[in-house]
Amino acid sequence: MDRSALVRELRAVVGGEHVLVEPEDVIVYEQDGSIMQVMPEIVVLPGSTAEVAGAVRAARRANVPIVPRGSGTGLAGGAVPAEGGVVIVLTRMNRILEIDLRNRLAVLEPGVINLDVTTAVAAGGYFYAPDPSSQAACSIGGNVANNSGGPHTLAYGVTTNHVLGVEVVLDDGRVVWLGGYVPDGPGYDLCGAFVGSEGTLGIVTRAVVRLMRTRETVRTLLAIFDRMDPAMQTVVDITAAGIVPAALEMMDRLTIQAVETGAPAGYPRDAEAVLLVELEGVREDTDRAVTTVRDLCTRRGAREVRVAQDDAERQRLWKGRKGAFGAMGTLAPNYYVQDGVVPRSRLPEIMRQVADIGARYNLRIANVFHAGDGNLHPNILFDMRTPGELDRVIEAGADILRACVAAGGSITGEHGIGLEKKAYIGLLFSDADLEAMARVRAAFDPDGRFNPAKMFPTPITCAEMRRVPAKIPAGLWI
Amino acid sequence: MTSAALNIPELDQCVHCGLCLNHCPTYQVTRLEPESPRGRIHLVRAVAEGRIEPTERFGGHIYLCLMCRACETACPSGVQYGRIAEAAREVLGPPGSPLARAALQFAFTQVFPFPRRFRLAARLLRLYQRSGLPWLARRVLPGRLRAMEAMLPPVPARFFAPDGEVYPASGPRRARVALLTGCVMSTLYADIDAATVRVLRRNGCEVVVPRGQVCCGALNVHNGERTAARRMARINIDAFQDAGVDAVIVNAAGCGAAMKDYGHLLADDPAYAAAAQHFAALVKDAGEFLAGLGLHPPANRVEMTVTYQDPCHLAHGQKVRAQPRQLLAAIPGLHLVEMEGSDRCCGSAGIYNLLQPQMSQQLLQDKMEAVARTRAQAVVAPNPGCMLQLRAGAQRYGPALPVFHLMDLLDRSYGEGDVPRRVHARQHGKIPVGPR
Repeated sequence: MDRSALVRELRAVVGGEHVLVEPEDVIVYEQDGSIMQVMPEIVVLPGSTAEVAGAVRAARRANVPIVPRGSGTGLAGGAVPAEGGVVIVLTRMNRILEIDLRNRLAVLEPGVINLDVTTAVAAGGYFYAPDPSSQAACSIGGNVANNSGGPHTLAYGVTTNHVLGVEVVLDDGRVVWLGGYVPDGPGYDLCGAFVGSEGTLGIVTRAVVRLMRTRETVRTLLAIFDRMDPAMQTVVDITAAGIVPAALEMMDRLTIQAVETGAPAGYPRDAEAVLLVELEGVREDTDRAVTTVRDLCTRRGAREVRVAQDDAERQRLWKGRKGAFGAMGTLAPNYYVQDGVVPRSRLPEIMRQVADIGARYNLRIANVFHAGDGNLHPNILFDMRTPGELDRVIEAGADILRACVAAGGSITGEHGIGLEKKAYIGLLFSDADLEAMARVRAAFDPDGRFNPAKMFPTPITCAEMRRVPAKIPAGLWI
Repeated sequence: MTSAALNIPELDQCVHCGLCLNHCPTYQVTRLEPESPRGRIHLVRAVAEGRIEPTERFGGHIYLCLMCRACETACPSGVQYGRIAEAAREVLGPPGSPLARAALQFAFTQVFPFPRRFRLAARLLRLYQRSGLPWLARRVLPGRLRAMEAMLPPVPARFFAPDGEVYPASGPRRARVALLTGCVMSTLYADIDAATVRVLRRNGCEVVVPRGQVCCGALNVHNGERTAARRMARINIDAFQDAGVDAVIVNAAGCGAAMKDYGHLLADDPAYAAAAQHFAALVKDAGEFLAGLGLHPPANRVEMTVTYQDPCHLAHGQKVRAQPRQLLAAIPGLHLVEMEGSDRCCGSAGIYNLLQPQMSQQLLQDKMEAVARTRAQAVVAPNPGCMLQLRAGAQRYGPALPVFHLMDLLDRSYGEGDVPRRVHARQHGKIPVGPR
């Protein structure tokens, strides 16, 4: 089937205005929140499960790749159409189909914005737990694809712990349910396999998610340190003391500078590190925990420990943290964020290594991360237009990931492998491991039509990908 | 201006995180990335880099934007989207069909910079309104023009023509300020200009109305015409700079935002760059200024439940949100009920409602539904564009309620007192204000 026949068919499925082919329309879908770019050929915005299935069937008949995309806030190039083809954008499917508080669940279309779920149920005293920093923009479908986490992952777990079932469109256009409305169904946990599959197995068209009850008391602390090392030691101390905060976040001096320049949250600009600690539960327990955490911070030499006095102050502290990635634009035109994980007891030494790597490559690195999980986010700052700088950035990023793996950790905590880290997946998995995963993928999508060139290792690195435009129609810029 | 000149530093600050998306009214309605701030910035960057041409389709995305700047409020990096969009529009020129473009270009260069011509147009409009023609027009005009016609309020008999008047402060003088009378404000809403003067005087302000001032040029800048806009900015700077005032007071949010940006508009003009910076720093929204000065509490009760619409160029453009609410709270008897999404655009957006009626009406309908849910008896919106739009919304979609300017309500609450309402003390020039 030629391209124009495919476009005609897609238009018949979703309606003319929901198929984009002109450069001035499709170019904006060449990038997500990462630094990767590949221009799609065709962008389709279906409005229903049936339209998704129709678009998938049409793309299959035309034998072109399919790349699912939600809000496009991903940080690993997961929604970038690396091999061209049809990008299926789910933003129009944004209805909350059902809220069932008695059974504590909600049924959502994939384009529903993460934060809108909590907004819809907050009045009843409930919330949706996974809270990526991009939660005001990212979609549930994207969260399912990336098994997204967030600051509150520490206490509540990641997306897979909150998805009961998904309706998905498979590569032949069939619509199937994996999991359902009740947990722990019999048979293989196919829903579990689907969550975190980064769009390589099919397209989620509905998700049944758990709702959590809001806690009686929430206290948010900001501990201010003049040195990084004791701040990291404090993280280890807090968990060693048997306290599981709802969230335990760290921001360093550069990140504080970015936030305070872009959209000020009231962090002290002269601090070397701040810890944002959230404690929740019944009031008596929480008050006790606040005292303990405050003591632990002070013992390690915290200059000051502020406790948010009201909800407005709490919101402000969180708004700064959640906008921290977006605020990197105040420091440099580009940033490359890593997503390494280490056992939290290794945090002090890994932070020293990150600083050393930055110095070695002569690059500024702003750190903001989920310290309680040992999930680092070093943001390497650079300017794409400076010749050679990107190569150094990618090298530095690779060194950080190697250091994380050497410390007993992993190369991604929550952002996914996508396009960006697939060259490093071999650091973590053996050939046999990868072969097992490839067989799972083939069971769902034998032709490898969904989101090709993602997750699985290829012999090329990111830097080299710019030089292989042969199979990439519109050129790949990163 | 060429496409390459679009390579402006503001573009570098966007790291496409996407946090703007759901704050953008056109994205909320279309769910399309090209109709989002991040998408539009990406498009402008692509044009600047020569990857795409500034075609009509590109212009379609750039001009579907309301320029409400809600994305600037949401942006963690503080990207100045408004400046990016204005630059893109300068490359494109005014929007619309060839005829519309010509008409706009004529208005921007031949009418707005000349207050006499603007007032003449307003007088002709009044003549038309008082003739039998509207009856006829409502029967023969095509839908879109008929809708435009229906939006216009009755043009008052007398305008607020600036003529170098100086109004003394009532009581001890606390400040000396100058008033921008504005184009639409001084004609269609001349009574609000007069009310603003009275409210300022009640608060110990000596008010001067410099002669020679012109329209601020906001509509030009928002619609791709900067040459005349720069000229208008220079004329205004000249007109105000010898007034010796503590502040330049603006009672229209769109004009205030534009004038606070004069420093940027004239940054490349060596003769005016410094003066423009200085002038911009003096510009204050009327509500912002009065709240900062400390309002003399008005005494008369205004028994009314109102809801407040944040004009985009006040909340997002000037970051003025709390001050108008503080002033409303100072009016005895008045009760403020917040509406959902009070800082979401009503769809007026300057002349957007004329150029993009479909999107504009969709947003207006949403807005009127939010207003209705508050059960308020009136809407307050300190900006002429919002007032016109909400008034049309009240007629078309309901609830049928009046729309007030903040200065209107303050003026009512001050009542007669020692500043007569009909006759204005003055030191020279003619009496500029008609009956209320």
